[in-house]
Amino acid sequence: MIIRKLCAIAVLTAAFVVAAACAEADPAGPARLVGMRRITQEQYRQIVADVFGKSIRIGGRFEPDQRDAGLIAVGASQVSVTASGFEQYDDMARSIAAQVVDEQHRPAMIPCAPAALHAADDACAGKFLGSVGATLYRRPLTQRELADEIKIASDVAGRLHDFYAGLGSALTGMLESAQFLFRQEVGHADPADIAHVELDTWSKASRLSFLLWNAAPDPLLLDAAAHGELDTKSGLARQADRMLASPRLEAGVRAFFTDMLGFSAFDGLAKDPVLYPKFSARVAADAQEQTLRTIVDLLLTRHGDYRDLFTTHETFLTPLLGAIYRIPVTTPDDLPDAWVRYAYPKDADQAGILTEASFVALHSQPGRSSPTVRGKALREVVLCQKVPDPPGNVNFALVQDTSNPAFKTARQRLTAHRSEATCAGCHKIMDPIGLGLENFDTTGAFRAMENGAPIDAAGELDGIKFTNATELGRAIHDNPAAPACLVNRLYGYAIGRTPSKEETTWMHSELTRAFTGGGYDIKALLRKLATSDEFYRVASPDRRAGDPAPGKLALQGGQP
Amino acid sequence: MNLGERLGRRRVLRGMLGGTAVAVGLPFLDCMLNANGTALADGAPLPTIFATWFFGCGLNPGRWEPKSAGKLADLGPELEPLRPYMSKINVMSGFKVHLDGKPALPHITGRIAVQTGVVPAAGQKTALPSVDTIIADQIGTKTRFRSLEVSCIGSRLSESVRAGNIMNPSEVSPAALYTRIFGPDFRDPNAADFVPDPKVMARQSVLSGVKDQLADIQGMVGAADKVRLDEYLTSLRQMEQQLSLELQRPEPLKACSVPTQPAGEMPPNAEVSTMLNNHRLFVRLLASALACGQTRVANIALTEGLSTLRKSGSAVIHHTHTHEEPVDPKLGYQPNVTWFIQNIMTAMGDMIATFDGFREGDRSLLDRMLVWVTSETGYAKMHALDNIPTLTVGGANGRLRTGQHIQTAGDPITRVGLTVQQAMGVPVNDWGADSMGTSRTITEIMA
Repeated sequence: MIIRKLCAIAVLTAAFVVAAACAEADPAGPARLVGMRRITQEQYRQIVADVFGKSIRIGGRFEPDQRDAGLIAVGASQVSVTASGFEQYDDMARSIAAQVVDEQHRPAMIPCAPAALHAADDACAGKFLGSVGATLYRRPLTQRELADEIKIASDVAGRLHDFYAGLGSALTGMLESAQFLFRQEVGHADPADIAHVELDTWSKASRLSFLLWNAAPDPLLLDAAAHGELDTKSGLARQADRMLASPRLEAGVRAFFTDMLGFSAFDGLAKDPVLYPKFSARVAADAQEQTLRTIVDLLLTRHGDYRDLFTTHETFLTPLLGAIYRIPVTTPDDLPDAWVRYAYPKDADQAGILTEASFVALHSQPGRSSPTVRGKALREVVLCQKVPDPPGNVNFALVQDTSNPAFKTARQRLTAHRSEATCAGCHKIMDPIGLGLENFDTTGAFRAMENGAPIDAAGELDGIKFTNATELGRAIHDNPAAPACLVNRLYGYAIGRTPSKEETTWMHSELTRAFTGGGYDIKALLRKLATSDEFYRVASPDRRAGDPAPGKLALQGGQP
Repeated sequence: MNLGERLGRRRVLRGMLGGTAVAVGLPFLDCMLNANGTALADGAPLPTIFATWFFGCGLNPGRWEPKSAGKLADLGPELEPLRPYMSKINVMSGFKVHLDGKPALPHITGRIAVQTGVVPAAGQKTALPSVDTIIADQIGTKTRFRSLEVSCIGSRLSESVRAGNIMNPSEVSPAALYTRIFGPDFRDPNAADFVPDPKVMARQSVLSGVKDQLADIQGMVGAADKVRLDEYLTSLRQMEQQLSLELQRPEPLKACSVPTQPAGEMPPNAEVSTMLNNHRLFVRLLASALACGQTRVANIALTEGLSTLRKSGSAVIHHTHTHEEPVDPKLGYQPNVTWFIQNIMTAMGDMIATFDGFREGDRSLLDRMLVWVTSETGYAKMHALDNIPTLTVGGANGRLRTGQHIQTAGDPITRVGLTVQQAMGVPVNDWGADSMGTSRTITEIMA
């Protein structure tokens, strides 16, 4: 638990307050808030677990996330806290605080005991609130903030004659404060470069930590920030390397791919239970986990090539997933739900993460597959190519009228639909690649026939012909837009918004080039980004006029 | 003679405008209410309530509109479940969204335009608030909840959007809604005893501290983030309002009967029988919440704009049917689509019956409600943005005349949104932008 470590370095806490006090009179000019991202549910949970341990239960409903430019991380820069959301944060905060100060937890959580149980103790309250506050706020509390928190603890303790009730109240306030719920990026204008703002040391620490671990800075990173290490290349590299070598990197990589692959849509995913009785919420959870395990195994454990995610035969299965894929999965008797490593046969029609349920089931309708939806998702999620919205006044009658004997398969129906000129423009960039996944039904199960007719999964991706899903995976593997898209998404994820024109230029020339020239190694890409000056230098908010507007991101992955 | 008798609404309008057929946005004065209304203990009338009821994918043109304009004498076959309530509704046909050359994003543009009065330009999002939030800011600031949102298909999305494109999320579980309203923080207005809880005062101290700290960053933010911080502050203040109410003895409300935990909730999803079941539970809970004075604004989303309703055992969802199902040449409409519409209308009838059946003295809860029913499209098969079905339900405490069919030939649907706002006391004289801009209240339904 961080709390123990923080308490063990009480000197550090004192240094934070001093450093913050110094920062309040920063000679670099007035501070500006250049970014404000609402923390995600996962980040909230992680921070609370880091500070108080996993025994603290978090109950309640989080505000729904908003996806923009393909990422919740970007949408997080546009959302606020609604009235009903505040109610929920208040409930969760009170519940967490009550647990932290209860008799069971307080010996481990609170580094001191009050002089009297029934009265305020400012010294003890300050010690606790100052230490936990540093992680909750991702920076040391200012002297005034700490004084205010101590006062709340004191007032409530006096009113209720209960030291711990006072302490819990102050902690509740911190957990529902804007300082906690929003990642606030603060910078100072550089008089020599008015177009940019240099992030302060605490904001740098947060950018680094949320990128690599999807968590608030740990005590070591906060210590490095307090001592100005993140303002030097060597100090920054030292911290980045420490974090890249940590097992916690896996959580960061999982969080990024969960966002990029749109797994939040699994929350509302349902399949018709009459038609597909095997599909369940548990299968949906396992489907996401299968892909995330595949990603972590290939990219982190085996330091593999990102593009191989689309062709790999290596994966992981549970018996539940095996039932969907019709693959027998054997587990130990005492671990019936265990994950087992599995390799698709070399001649299988299934390989790569796009043939897994996390893609084909997610991008389908409740009762049947959808080549159009899958093709659109493939363009937008994997290649970062925006498919235009459909026009009005379209006759859809032929698309999937399965009762028409002339159009038994989706290919036949879509071909008829594409004969309409107004539809052809968009469908020709979606359907031919979506049809390549038609051997997978809406749950992800393999099928060779649809309505008694054989499925033809042949198609073409940007001039590359394929005959089945595995060849489609190879075509994506070889498409330069795929790695460029990964870089684009990672950069947007890291900065919490669509890159400006200037940032896009830098991204292409530095990040994408390094990624494509360096074996498509995501760990190296993360290091390149995390240690670059540009990552911590933000375009002045009033200089971002060149930003492409949301929805105008056609071919944003582009070519390097 | 009391003030209401001396100073009627029409008298005010005539006095101001010489009786011309123009309406202006006057804050509605409670003293002008129908004297027969059931009143609070101090004689003040029970407050007027606003609700929205949204469903996606429209209705079949020609099958829902009454034949003639004026007094509502008949209903199209698709509105048949509403027949028992013809005297309490207004049906409005022929209203449309004018695009002014801007793109029509299917199921999105119509929704935004109906709710905010503005069609977003290409690649842009609207930053304007939806009608319900404008009204909630007008009438919902003194209640425990500024508004309550529910969704009947499991999606937390809602049509309720505050300035800055900040969406009020929906509750998807009736049980969760019950706990939120009638859980430990609920104060029964008719309870014999009332003892303020000192812990509530402690919570007020906490919120006061949180608010004070917000001042540190408010001066550092740009315009867009300021809107977001302001929204956070508004939410915090709403919580302060809740706590403040917990420390006051509530006004007794005879019709308030605290319900029991809803039974029979089904795991929320878009299967039609599940939707109908959970909608029924939601509406009953909301009726109790409204009667108990917990809020004055409720937003009910039956589906999303792109309706994902599905029939058990069928591979095709409602939205897909609207585009792909051929029109039956004998029937003249799409049978499967119409099956979904019938179920949506059944739900609407259930909603009206519930609110109308909730008695408050010799009146019903519905009598002091204005429920604005909308969809986001007309004929979904073509993504049409004309003839979008919209209705008002309830008399809004005498502010609306009901039992009317308002028929237009393409008037902007913002006329309905404007009228609804004015009826709820929002001081607005014109609303919408470009060809959607209007100052033409639907005077035929204004009392």
